[in-house]
Parts: sequence; C-alpha cells; structure tokens
Amino acid sequence: MTQVLFDYTLRLADTSLILGHRLSEWCGHAPMLEEDIALANLGLDLIGQARSLYTYAGEVEGRGRDEDALAYLRDANEFRNILLAEQPNGDFAVTMVRQLLFSAYMHPFWFEMCRSTDETLAAIAAKSEKELAYHLRHSGEWVIRLGDGTDESRRRVIDALAALWPFTGEMFETDPVDTALIAQGVAVDPLTLKETWDETLDHVFEKAGLARPDDGWMQSGGRSGRHTEHLGFILADMQFLQRTYPGATW
Amino acid sequence: MSAMIGEEQSVIDLELQRARIAAASVVDPEIPVLTIEDLGVLREVRRGPDDAVEVVITPTYSGCPAMNLIALEIEMAVERAGIENPRIVTVLSPAWTTDWMSEPGRAKLEKYGIAPPVGKASRRALFGEVAVSCPKCGSEQTERISEFGSTACKALYRCLACREPFDYFKCI
Repeated sequence: MTQVLFDYTLRLADTSLILGHRLSEWCGHAPMLEEDIALANLGLDLIGQARSLYTYAGEVEGRGRDEDALAYLRDANEFRNILLAEQPNGDFAVTMVRQLLFSAYMHPFWFEMCRSTDETLAAIAAKSEKELAYHLRHSGEWVIRLGDGTDESRRRVIDALAALWPFTGEMFETDPVDTALIAQGVAVDPLTLKETWDETLDHVFEKAGLARPDDGWMQSGGRSGRHTEHLGFILADMQFLQRTYPGATW
Repeated sequence: MSAMIGEEQSVIDLELQRARIAAASVVDPEIPVLTIEDLGVLREVRRGPDDAVEVVITPTYSGCPAMNLIALEIEMAVERAGIENPRIVTVLSPAWTTDWMSEPGRAKLEKYGIAPPVGKASRRALFGEVAVSCPKCGSEQTERISEFGSTACKALYRCLACREPFDYFKCI
C-alpha cells in the first residue's frame, strides 16, 4: 500500500513540477507582458501543487526524503511524469495546446480526487481543482483565438495539435499502481474522465474551427520512467545547483 | 463542584488572546490594506498538544510566494506580543475561497483600487464572463485584459469608461 501510494503521488508530483518548470522557461520571453505574467502564474500554481505532493510522497515513503530531495536528487529514469509535460515549449501555440490538453484532463481529475478516501490527496485536490479551472479557461480561450485567428496562427495551432495528440493517450492509461488505488477509492479511474475531456475539447475545437485529430499511435512510457530525450535537459537545468553544491541554501 | 468546573472552563486564555490579536494584525505583503484575517487566511489560533501556541493558516493559492513571508511575519508579531516560539501550521483543507473574505476586507480592497471578487466561488462559470465594476469610477463597462495579473490571486482589467487599468481579485 505504502509503495503504490508513493508511486501514485510521485507521478502526480513529477507531472506538475515538470510542466511547471516548462512554463517557467517562458518567463521574460512571452509574446507580450500580460502573457509572460500569465504563464509564470500557471507555472507557479503547478509548482505549488508539486510541493504539496512531494512533501506528502516523502511522508508516505518514510525514508526522510523531503520535497527538495525528491525534486532535485533523482535522475531522469526515476521521474514518473507523463511525456506530455516534458515536451518542449515550441512556439506559443504549442505551449497553449499542451496546456489545454493537460488542463482539460486535470480539472475533472482534481474534481473527482476531492472525494478520495486519502485525506491529504483530497485536500491537495480541493485547491488544485480551483486553480486548474483558470488554467483551462485561459488555455481554452487562447486555442480558440489562435484557431479562429490569422492563417499563420491557425497553421501553428493545427501543427501543435498534430504534434502533441500522440502524447494524450498516456493520461488515460492504468497499470497495477492505479488499479490497486482505484479499488480503495484513493485514486481516480482516468477512464471516467474521458467523456468530460472529449466534451471540453470538442467545445473548444468547435469554437476555434479546428478539426479534432484522429487517434492513432499513442506514445507512452513516462509513468514508468521511460522518457523522451527532453527530460534530461530539463533536469540538467533544474538540478544543476543542488548537484554541484549539495545542500546549498540561500 | 460543578460550579468550579464551569469557572475553570470560563477562564480566558489571555496569552492565546494576545497571540490572536497579534496574528490577526499581519497584513498581506502584496495587498497591505488587507490583514490575513480580512482575507480568511488566518484560520485559528490554538494551543497545540504540547501547550505551545499554534497559528493555523491556509494558502490562497498552492504556489503563493507570499505564504513564507506571511508565516515569518506572524511568528515575529506573536513573539513581539510576548509569546515565545509560536508554531505556524499550514493546512490545505478546507481549501481557501474568496467567499471567506470579510465585508470590511472587500470594502478596503475596493478603496485601494482593486475590484473585489464578484459573486460566490461555487457559482463560477468556466467559459463565462462576470461584470466587474471599475474600482475607480464604478462603471460596469469593463473588459478583461488578462486572466492573470501581478499576483496569482488577481486578473488584469481595463475600464472602458474612465480608461484606467485595474486589478480584479479573482473569485476562487
């Protein structure tokens, strides 16, 4: 029980941290000041959620690892985030499409998790659900604006959807870690979120005048530690200080 | 005998009361007109199992960077009130909501130039708009510039009547 709860919480924590870190890369580079601030805010919410999740994962594990040890002192093959989270920012359309695909899943996910039999996960969920509602609205409105915008913005958003769609299947996968916890009412069964996810995306695609991509080959592996080449670069950037000067604080 | 028990129970814990007043006076570093009591961030001041004074707070947003500073300032305020080593306890549940913001808090916010949250958090619409009044001229002819403002809790708006940009404290 302890091991599966640790694994499950760690996956959620890693996904939030890695996507939060990706968003933070936009800081100072976004197309306009307002969006620079917005992306930093989204990243901040996700990193805040990751902190709560890591702290809890460390408590569950009971080996004395805190949030920093889990975030900074593990290698790529020990990270359990979904592959979508680590995909590069690309252009603004890629970032917004990635955020929409993720938020359309995570908003109903946290909503359901509020009823988890695990009190700590339910408490983290109650905060995260409120935050994700704004992430979903923000990214949804941008995808509509880009899809329904100029030829250039439309081309970019279509390319972004095609590139990221194969990473969406992983969100709906379950393995023995999930099924054990779903049975106990701790975890959310991702298949129960599919209908809501589809409806949200169809609503956005319709308003944006975009066609929903066909489901084809779906890439997976992140949740068991098999990552795309991008994760290593994120960790090199994010973990440099703690790796070079172990225990450094300021 | 029963009267004595009653008397004991009614003894007011003066130290706890002082701690509560001190903690309640701490202001939000980003919105210095609001105290953490106005915001609803301060949940409880109590005695811990070891009899130490505990101040219970809840974050507005998971990643709110002001929380560390708020915790530090509570600690200093309570110590200034003569209580040694207070403990700051952060709880996530129940999750903070703008519904907890006090009426005086809302009024102070508006006077400071930030539009207070409109409506109840439980009735927020996913893809809808709410009419936010301009805190400067009161017009309802306003538009949202960005969902996210200078802090996690605010959005950026513009008044179409007086043309002033302003912050809106988001309903959450």
